[in-house]
Amino acid sequence: MPEITYADALNAAIKEEMRRDGSVFIMGESIRGGIYGVTGGLSQEFGDRVIDTPLSENGFMGAAVGAAAVGMRPIVQSLSSFLWVAMDQLISQAAKMRFMFGGQVNLPVVYRCGMIYGANSAAHHTDRPYPMLMNMPGLKIAIPTTPADAKGLLKTAVRDNDPVMFFEDNNLTGTRGEVDEDEDLTIPFGVADIKHEGSDVTVVALAGMLRRAVSVAEALEDEDISVEVIDPRTIVPLDTRTILDSVEKTGRLVIVDPAHKSCSVASEISAMVAQEGFWSLQSPIQRVTSLDCHFPFSPALESEVFPNEDKITDAIYATLEE
Amino acid sequence: MDEDRDLYMMMLRRMMLIREFEENVKQLVQRGELVGMAHCYIGEEAVAVGACAALRDDDYITGNHRSHGHPISKGGDVRRAMAELLGKATGYCKGKGGSMHLADFDIGILGESGIVASALPVAVGAAMGSKMQGNDRVVVAFFGDGASNQGACHEAMNLASIWKLPVIFLCENNQYAVTTSFKEAVAVENISDRASAYDMPGVLVDGQDAMAMFEATTEAVRRARAGEGPTLLEARTYRYEDHSEGLVRILRESYRTDEEVEVWRERDPIKVHSEWLVEQEIASQEEIEVVRTDVAETIAEALQFARESPYPELDDLMTDMYADPLPIYN
Repeated sequence: MPEITYADALNAAIKEEMRRDGSVFIMGESIRGGIYGVTGGLSQEFGDRVIDTPLSENGFMGAAVGAAAVGMRPIVQSLSSFLWVAMDQLISQAAKMRFMFGGQVNLPVVYRCGMIYGANSAAHHTDRPYPMLMNMPGLKIAIPTTPADAKGLLKTAVRDNDPVMFFEDNNLTGTRGEVDEDEDLTIPFGVADIKHEGSDVTVVALAGMLRRAVSVAEALEDEDISVEVIDPRTIVPLDTRTILDSVEKTGRLVIVDPAHKSCSVASEISAMVAQEGFWSLQSPIQRVTSLDCHFPFSPALESEVFPNEDKITDAIYATLEE
Repeated sequence: MDEDRDLYMMMLRRMMLIREFEENVKQLVQRGELVGMAHCYIGEEAVAVGACAALRDDDYITGNHRSHGHPISKGGDVRRAMAELLGKATGYCKGKGGSMHLADFDIGILGESGIVASALPVAVGAAMGSKMQGNDRVVVAFFGDGASNQGACHEAMNLASIWKLPVIFLCENNQYAVTTSFKEAVAVENISDRASAYDMPGVLVDGQDAMAMFEATTEAVRRARAGEGPTLLEARTYRYEDHSEGLVRILRESYRTDEEVEVWRERDPIKVHSEWLVEQEIASQEEIEVVRTDVAETIAEALQFARESPYPELDDLMTDMYADPLPIYN
């Protein structure tokens, strides 16, 4: 299998789905040129199915809902930080419409949201908003961590008949991995992937934190600590079964989530395991998350806000304390 | 001519249907039989009826919180609408939407948004669909004077204009955003003036005159189908009722005079259209009364249907959330 980047995997998924289905189109800000490193060149093949929009996130994210309601399959490209501007359309329309209208309409729309953090971009351009959206029924949420997952999950997102929030970690854009060229290969939602097998401690890691968790797991092999790293891949639906089965085996749980701590996905998984898997636990659950402060600009401060290898390692040790 | 007569009589009938529907809604609210909020369209019937008379069945409309009249104007089923208002399983949305969220996707009614102006970007997207699918369906987006101050409205108008989309932005200026006069809230004299910022025609129309609405919308639809882009129509109209039924019990200060309400009642849209039908010798007063009687029966029957319909089952609570439902893990 060829090794390609996360960005190229996303590009391949978009291309393949646009070739397969004429109702798929993509729109966003400065995407013909490919400002986010994914969509550049698409317009040469797909012409006016690649649309540069004005800076009107609420407008075009809502327009995607309308287009989906009449049979199109829009992909919207934006940044996580710009979702705040468009919350009315994402929540009042995309998330609520199908239920509110008694299931009369399907809304096959994908919102691709880049997540910037750790890039000295300050608070306005540094967001991981998926936990807030997880609290809103009606949206599905995917967070791919590898090029293969990026491709397979995006293809599923495009083919899914519901609104999908697709969070792409910009720290992963240039990372490489093997990706199958099979155009029919998709990755189903709601199926977690065990990225590193182990038996002593379960670590559930999200977004860019997955790579850090795996590198910690590899390092701890030298200390005879066997860490199982689970990548949920989608948080709505959340594969609770795989997490609970792993905790049953290990008795210990660490969740690594680059979102802020309060009401994070780490919090939700903690609560779920405390409720459903309590008797498997041998030590308290550890959440490793971003601090509950905004991301500061200064490089001297920013890297301390989100999880790193040391924090993950310490949390694993904490679960192993007698 | 017969076809024209049928259309003009249908317009009369639909206005009367809305009026009778809403008079029933008022009573249902007063009796506590209709729970939640209800925003009546009484006084504004000519706007939606005149506009929808210019549409084909496969064209689209979007609505807002004051939207019982829009689906009825588009040919919606008053039985399913009334059942929805009463929260019944036979309602348009199986009782999940209620008064502010009627929709009938089978006849292009793409749904109503309780959040003011929120349906306007959706309308633009439906028009994008028309253009990309190569059909000539147009979208009429109904919204109010209050919504014209929302950012979503301006983003939607700009998008529709730069992409020359087949949208008719139909502002129903009933002059008050709840209790705030548009004269205090809108920087320009007419909301239709705002069209110039988006390089589209802006037309001020007499919203009490169904024929004026029909003609103005017909031209906007022609433009839209021809690929010439959107139009902003401002229908100057008036709501006889308060913003929502029962609000009078809460308000401590009046925001309009009884005299003002009376002036507008004088130009009642059903009266205006009826007089025009008689003047043009399209219908006699007796024929108009026959329609009125028939409409009263239709609405009474719809109410009976709604009352006799079952409530949704609890099992239905989690359905309709997703087209492709979430897996269940055990």
